[in-house]
This record gives sequence, structure tokens and C-alpha cells, in this order.
Amino acid sequence: MTRNGCWKTILALLCFLGVMPAAHALDPAAVRQLAAEDGDAKLAAINRLVTEGDVAAIPLFQAMQDDALQIFIGRVVIVAEDGTKDAVTGEVLDAPPDQLESIIVNNRIRGALDSAIASLRLAAPDPRERLAAATAVAADAGEEMLPLIERALAKETDPGVKALLVQAGAAIALKSPEAARRLQAVQLLAQSENPQTKLMLAALLEKNAEGGFAEPDAGVREAAQKAISEIDSRALVPQVLGTLFYGLSLGSVLLLAALGLAITFGLMGIINMAHGEMLMIGAYTTYMVQWLFRNYFPSAFDAYVIVAVPAAFLVAALVGIAIERSVIRHLYGRPLETLLTTWGISLILIQLVRTIFGAQNVEVENPAWMSGGFSLGGDVVLPYNRVMIVFFAAFVVFLVWLFLSRTRLGLYVRAVTQNRQMADCMGIPTPRVDWMTFGLGSGIAGLGGVALSQIGNVGPDLGQSYIVDSFMVVVLGGVGQLAGTVIAAIGLGEVNKFLEPFTGAVLGKIFVLAFIILFIQKRPQGLFAMKGRTADS
Amino acid sequence: MAVFAAIVFVAIPLLRLAVPPDHPLHVSDYYLLLLGKFMCYAMVALAMDLIWGYAGILSLGHGLFFALGGYSMGMYLMREIGTEGQYGSHLPDYMVFLDWKEFPWYWAGSEYFALAVLKVLLVPGLLAFVFGWFAFRSRIKGVYFSIITQALTFAFMLLFFRNDTGFGGNNGFTDFKRILGFSLAEPGTKAALMATTGLFLLLALLACRYIVSSKFGRVLAAIRDAESRTMFCGYNTRHYKLFVWVFSAVLCGIAGALYVPQVGIINPGEMSPANSIEIAIWTAVGGRGTLIGAAAGAGIVNGAKSWFTMAFPEFWLYFLGALFIVVTLYLPRGLAGLFARRRDAA
Repeated sequence: MTRNGCWKTILALLCFLGVMPAAHALDPAAVRQLAAEDGDAKLAAINRLVTEGDVAAIPLFQAMQDDALQIFIGRVVIVAEDGTKDAVTGEVLDAPPDQLESIIVNNRIRGALDSAIASLRLAAPDPRERLAAATAVAADAGEEMLPLIERALAKETDPGVKALLVQAGAAIALKSPEAARRLQAVQLLAQSENPQTKLMLAALLEKNAEGGFAEPDAGVREAAQKAISEIDSRALVPQVLGTLFYGLSLGSVLLLAALGLAITFGLMGIINMAHGEMLMIGAYTTYMVQWLFRNYFPSAFDAYVIVAVPAAFLVAALVGIAIERSVIRHLYGRPLETLLTTWGISLILIQLVRTIFGAQNVEVENPAWMSGGFSLGGDVVLPYNRVMIVFFAAFVVFLVWLFLSRTRLGLYVRAVTQNRQMADCMGIPTPRVDWMTFGLGSGIAGLGGVALSQIGNVGPDLGQSYIVDSFMVVVLGGVGQLAGTVIAAIGLGEVNKFLEPFTGAVLGKIFVLAFIILFIQKRPQGLFAMKGRTADS
Repeated sequence: MAVFAAIVFVAIPLLRLAVPPDHPLHVSDYYLLLLGKFMCYAMVALAMDLIWGYAGILSLGHGLFFALGGYSMGMYLMREIGTEGQYGSHLPDYMVFLDWKEFPWYWAGSEYFALAVLKVLLVPGLLAFVFGWFAFRSRIKGVYFSIITQALTFAFMLLFFRNDTGFGGNNGFTDFKRILGFSLAEPGTKAALMATTGLFLLLALLACRYIVSSKFGRVLAAIRDAESRTMFCGYNTRHYKLFVWVFSAVLCGIAGALYVPQVGIINPGEMSPANSIEIAIWTAVGGRGTLIGAAAGAGIVNGAKSWFTMAFPEFWLYFLGALFIVVTLYLPRGLAGLFARRRDAA
């Protein structure tokens, strides 16, 4: 640091110590100087007010930014909607607009005002405000902020703000001409939790245009390398946990999409290509319920999802039953024909939704209790809506299991699945079981639609993007096996998410599809084959 | 058939080239293109009919073979552009855009027409062979086979959507200039391409008819109707299925290769599962197991599509959807079945 700069710093520090002013005791001379003609004089005034460190200067600077700081007969005033006030004393003045004279604020001064506001906010009493200010400073701070940061650091008690400030100080020190100070800064940055730190350190190791390193000192470079690996190793655990969670979350989405199919295809042997459209119908029902709540019960808006769940189940189940009664029942035992017919139905449903709601995506908003998320440390954040979907999927699986294994209808379903003729002979009303089961499968797809509406776009093509995935899950899991479907869905989700960092999302998906195609060659019955003599049908 | 040949080889080209544009009998480029497109589709429908109608294998991935044939031809057509692209480079524009300096290794030799023709046959053929070899060995059939063929084409679509795959990503190949030195914008080239498509369609029809009416075809039908029984009679059903599967894929590849120079674009959208399912409906509408019916079905459905998308664009999907339902429920033998029934009654 130059001799001159050193003196400046000391002077500034002396200023703080000497003048720790009470509120509304801004230096009137400095305030008047803000209105000076000369830009340099304005800058000097801003700097003086900043070094005074009084929070009261923030509204003043803000007003200057908004061009509300003006001159009224030689006095500097703030013009607001509720009247004109003296900038120093706060006295309300009766100033007719034609006697006000504006102060010219150019871009250089605006920049200075920005950093001045940020540094003053570092001293604000509210810790949240200090955190916001520290984040802003840490992202981008110049040399001139260093004394302010150091002063704020000395008084700071909040650990979060403190860490950010240390980081901001280190970031500035990183530009210092002295290698020793840079080294110290790198070591400080190694402790940082902020994801931006790594970029900052990595920038040191890059080569510049002349072929030399951005950081000339080899010792500092080595320290930076070490700091990066330190940060990486600290981030490893939350990152793995985060990936695990995202895999689980994707798996739950796949599960919700495929569970209905596991019933209609797995248990009943119906290839329902319109299954994806049941998801879409569920999502649009959620949209409708949301619309109703917004317009008629805005006070209970956050509860709309809870109402949407049964509504989506009912609507999708009814559509499913209508399809089964009108078309599919004529095609039992002709799977390829069913496939084509249901594809036709899916086209009609898509176009129907397009006609009613338009081809654009509709907006489904998360309720307040599902937005936001909690941090796992580092930059890994688990959004609440995804956490909820994992629980919701578990809940739906539990209900389906309960239905299949504990109710009479569930018993009938299993009986019809195993041997339709024998079940018929035993007096089970197979046609009724058929439409009820198909309705159930469609209804569950509707539930999946509610979940999908909370994490992605809701549009007419929503179902199309899930149909291949859903079939893959069911086929991989093994037909007629609930447990297989669950394991296949979660497994696919995890594999996808763990492959993603290495291959990218698209290539990862291609690998997974290729894997499934190969896997089916090896085990055509899926992971969990049904035992028995049903091999050749 | 002679009538068809006369129309495609003589009448239409003459009406396009020799008759002045203001004459009522003049065939415009639009209809020429439409006819050429429909004949390509008809070939695909033939390929589909061969495996679905005669061997009972429903493929939901035939669009993939069609697109692979198209891409093989498209690579050659891209090389024919030369340095006339937007950036004046010998590389295609999208490669310049990606900042690639030379062709990736798998583009080697793509400037030779003969190699392109070979690739049109080999790429879909080999893929079908490898896929079929494993699938038929594991005795995957029926719906399972359909679903994994769908997964296959879906996976390839994702692959070709990537820019880094080197086939132009989303946009695929377009802006072709010439083929074998003939400008693609010339009416003569267009008419010749259309006539070539007609020739190949005729050949394909004859080849398919030969296959299904031979002993080989009888075995195929036996496999369709009772595979286990055929197997126990001593036939190796796997070889029969594999052959007809690969043949069908190659046919699709040829159709794709003829399609691309006429339409002037090929992109991964051709590989979308929806396209492949549509092929099945062409065949079903025309009539499964009739060959000529399937080819006609492709023309009828696509004719309806062209008309609908012009006249009532929002109703096309309703119509197509209804077609799927009505044909499978009430016309299991397709339109050809309708004619046959009338003939039986008379």
C-alpha cells in the first residue's frame, strides 16, 4: 500500500473513532457539498459522509440516486410525494416546484452512491439488512471499501454477516500488490462457504493473454490450489446428499407418473398410451382449483393444493372410466390395437385441452408453504415443493398398497389379474372390476399430475414427455409388481442424477434408456418377475 | 401397376415440365413435392406392413430408420453445398457456429455419393440387425417389443437433438443446394427425384409381394399366428423375423434418403415417437397384410393431413385421433378390407 493510501486509511479510521455521531447529525457542510457543480466535489462529499458512517445518510444517497435530492433557495432538500424536507434537519418546507433546482448526477456519481449505500448499510442495526449489504459487498467491492469493511467487521456479531465480510475483505486484498497479503487473503477465502469464492480462486490459476498466470506469485497459486481442494472436499458431503435427494425427488416424480400405469398396464395388461394425458388432466385440474381459490376464496389460497388432490383424482378417474367403458372394453386381449386406439384418444385429449385452455402453458403457483427451501450447506438447497413430492409419492404408494392388499376390490383385482376366467366363474363381476381398476389407475395418474404441476410447466404436451419414461419404469420394474415399480422408479431417478454431472442431462438420459433396452434383453420380465406358468400368453 | 408407372414416370413429369404454368393441367412444384412425399411415406407403410401385417411385430421405432436413411443422404447433401453456406466455409454452417475446425471422423467420405448410398442401406440395416439380433434372441415380442422400439427411437432423438452429436442439433440439415451436381431448385431435378421415388416404390412393392407370396412369407404368417407352434415344427423363427425386420428397416432407410432431397430438410423431429406411431396408423387405415392397401393408406392419411392442416388446422388432431379409434374398433382390416368385403358380397 502506498504511503499516501496508508495515511488516508488512518485518517479515515481516526474519523470514525472521533466522530461516532448520533442520528440526524450529518455534517451540514458535506451535505451542502453534495449539491456542488463539480463532480469531484460531489464525490468528495459522498466519501466524507461515508467515512462518517452515519446510517442517516442512506436515505439521502437514495434520494440522490432517484434524482429527488434538489436545491431550494440554497438549501439541499429531499423532494418526496408527501412534501419537501430539509436534507439535514428534516424540517418540512413549503417549496413550490418551480423554485426547485435539480442536482446533476452522472454515472460516475451513481456508481459511487451505490457503493456508499452498500457500505453504510453494513452498519445498519437490522442484521438482515447487514446480511444483504454484506452479500452485495462480497459480490463486488473496490479497494476504497476496505476500511469500511474492516470497521464493520470489528463491530459485527452475526456469524453469517461476519463470514461474508471476511470474504469481501479477502477478495479486495486479493488484488493487493503485496504477495504476502494475497497469500493471507487466499488462506482466509479457503474457509468461505460462498460458492463464488471458488470462482475467485480459480481465476487466479488461469493464464492470461501473455501466457503468464493471472497470479504471478507461485506460492500464492499453490495456496489457491490448496484452498480450492479444501473447499471442494468440504462441499462433497452436502453435494452427495443433495444429489441423493434430487435423485429421490426425480424418482418420486417418475413413480407418481408410472404408478397408475403399473396398475393399468401391469395388472390389467392394457397399454394405455393416453396415460400421460391423465397426468395432464390432473395438472389442469390443479390449475382450475387454483383459479377457483384465487377468485372466490383468496384468503384460503394456500390450501388449494389440498383440495386439488381429491379433485384431480376424481376428474382423471372419471375420464379414465369413460375411456374404458367406451373404447377399451372392446379391445381386451388385443394389446396392439389398444395401443393404437389409446394413442388416438391421447391426441384428442391434447387437442381438447389446447382448444379449451390454449396452446400456451398455464401458470400454477406454489402455495406459500411449499415455496422456498432449506440449505444443506454450500450451495445445495432442497426446495420444499420437491420434499413434499417425495412424501406425497410415499403416501400414494401406501394407499395403493393398502387398496390392493386390504380391500375386497383389491382382492378382486388381483384375482382377475391372475386368472380372468376362473375369477369370472367364482362370481366376481369382472367387467365392473375392470372399469373400477382402470379408473383407479387413471385417478392415480391424476394425483401425479398434481405433483407435476408444482414443479414444472403445465401445458397440453405435459403428458407426452412422461409417457416413454413411465413405460420404462413399469417394464423395468416388472409387470404386476408394485414393489418393482417403486424400486425401478427410485433407482432410475438416482442413476439419472448421479450420471448427470459426468455426462450432462441429455446424454445421461440416453445412457439410462440404452441401459434399460439392454436390461430387458437380459431379463424380459423386469427386475421382479412373477413366478408361475404365465410365461407364454 | 402399369397405369401407376405411366402416371409417375411419364404423365406427371411431362405435365410439370412441358405444359406451361398457366395451363389448367400444369402440375405445380407443390403437388410434385406432395406426390413425392406421399410415395416415400408409402414405402415406409409397406415396410411397416411387412413386419406388422405379415410377421405380427409392431414396431414403434420405424421413424428412426427413416430418419437415419435421411441423415445419411443429408450428410452427402450437406457436403454438396460446398462453400456456398452462410459463412463461406467448407464446413456446414452449424459447425462453423460451434467453432469446429474440421469434420468429425464419422463424416469421413460423406462427400461421395456412392458411399452415401451405401450408408443409406447399411446404417439402418446394421442398427436393425444388432437390435433385432438381441431382441429376438431374448424372445421379446408383442407389446414389449413395441415399447422398447419406442424407447430406442426416443433415445436417438435425444442424441440427435444434442448439438455436440455433430448432426446440426435441433435444426438438423437444411438449405441443400444440389444433388450429383444438379440443382435441387430446378424443376427437372424435382421431377426426376419424384420419378425415382416412384421407381423405388414399385420395386419395393414387387419385392414385398415376392417375399410374402413365397414360402418364406407363409412361414412369416405362421409365426404371426402361432409362433410357438411354428418353432416346434422345426423352423428357426428368429432367423425369419430377423431377416424381415432388417429388410423392413432398410426399406425405411431408402424412403428417408429419397425424402430428404425432395423436402429439403431433415431434423430429429422425424425420430419422435409420435411420428413412428403415425406410421402404424397409415398401415392400419389402408389394411394390414395387404401391402397395396398399406401404401394407399399412407397416401390417404397424409392427403387428409395436408388438406386438414390447410383448411382446419385445429381439427387435424381430432380427426387423426378419431381415425385411430374408428379404424381399430370398426375396420380391423382397414379400407382394403372394406373393398374385399364388398367384392365377397357381390
